[in-house]
Amino acid sequence: MRIGLIIAFFALVALLAIGLTRNPREVPSPLIGKPAPAFELPRLGQPARFSPAEMRGKVWLLNVWASWCVSCRDEHPVLVEFSRTRRVPLIGLNYKDPSEDALKWLARYGDPYDFSVVDANGRIGIDYGVYGVPETYLIDRGGVIRYKQIGPVTPELMAQKILPLIQELER
Amino acid sequence: MNRLLCLLAALLLPLGLQAREAPPVAADEAVEQRLVKIAEELRCLVCQNESLAASRADLALDLKREVRAMIKAGRTDAEIRDFMVKRYGDFVLYRPPLKESTLLLWLGPFALLLAGFAVLAIFVRRRRAAKATILSAEDERRADALLKGSEHP
Repeated sequence: MRIGLIIAFFALVALLAIGLTRNPREVPSPLIGKPAPAFELPRLGQPARFSPAEMRGKVWLLNVWASWCVSCRDEHPVLVEFSRTRRVPLIGLNYKDPSEDALKWLARYGDPYDFSVVDANGRIGIDYGVYGVPETYLIDRGGVIRYKQIGPVTPELMAQKILPLIQELER
Repeated sequence: MNRLLCLLAALLLPLGLQAREAPPVAADEAVEQRLVKIAEELRCLVCQNESLAASRADLALDLKREVRAMIKAGRTDAEIRDFMVKRYGDFVLYRPPLKESTLLLWLGPFALLLAGFAVLAIFVRRRRAAKATILSAEDERRADALLKGSEHP
């Protein structure tokens, strides 16, 4: 009896300990495996507009960012490094950010994006289920979201998850 | 006399001021009430222990704006919930649907309760069994004799 109780106690401790190591902020996105929501938005600092339909046939990354977002700064060097390789197009979704601030931010820290689009009121962010900038979506040739990173992309994540997945999707 | 006039004037002064009923917070009361009802059942993604109705987070305000627009567009509650689930998953619902991935969530507490009852039942039965065998008939007689003896020393 006593041994049974002790085992039950440690089982409970183990269960709670596993729970503690998980990040409650990482909510699995229901958008994985679904077509990337359509939109048409103005490009940042350019007269042209952009719609994800233009990217059909290409694997590409959509990165949600803002100049007011602190952890975007952490992520930024990783994206700059990535953009040097020109592996796949990297398009920014500038989320709820005044365009002049956004342009200043890019001038200051470097612009890794092919271009960014302006989601001034965050409406497109809602369609993409954005709740914590930065977020990054990997979209395949058919326009389907294959992977979503919530929070900054780290060098490890880029090397171990995103790049292999790009390779797989391009095959 | 002068003082009386002053007093009269002072008394008449408030008549010029008209109290009006406080204007409603939002233009359409019915829409707001439905919004609150729906938003209370939805989780704020930014501050996860708050409902969308209670939260003042930026995203929560945006989402409430979306819900308000959908109510005005005549969408049903189920359609609005579906809109949220499609974007943020079952996690936004404070009462997620019963399915394979939420089975533990729904049935876990009852399973724990049952386990608790089982342990309790085992405990009680063991204790009862132990009590029953503590005294033999002989011991019982001796105990009775001792107790009687102690009543009249």
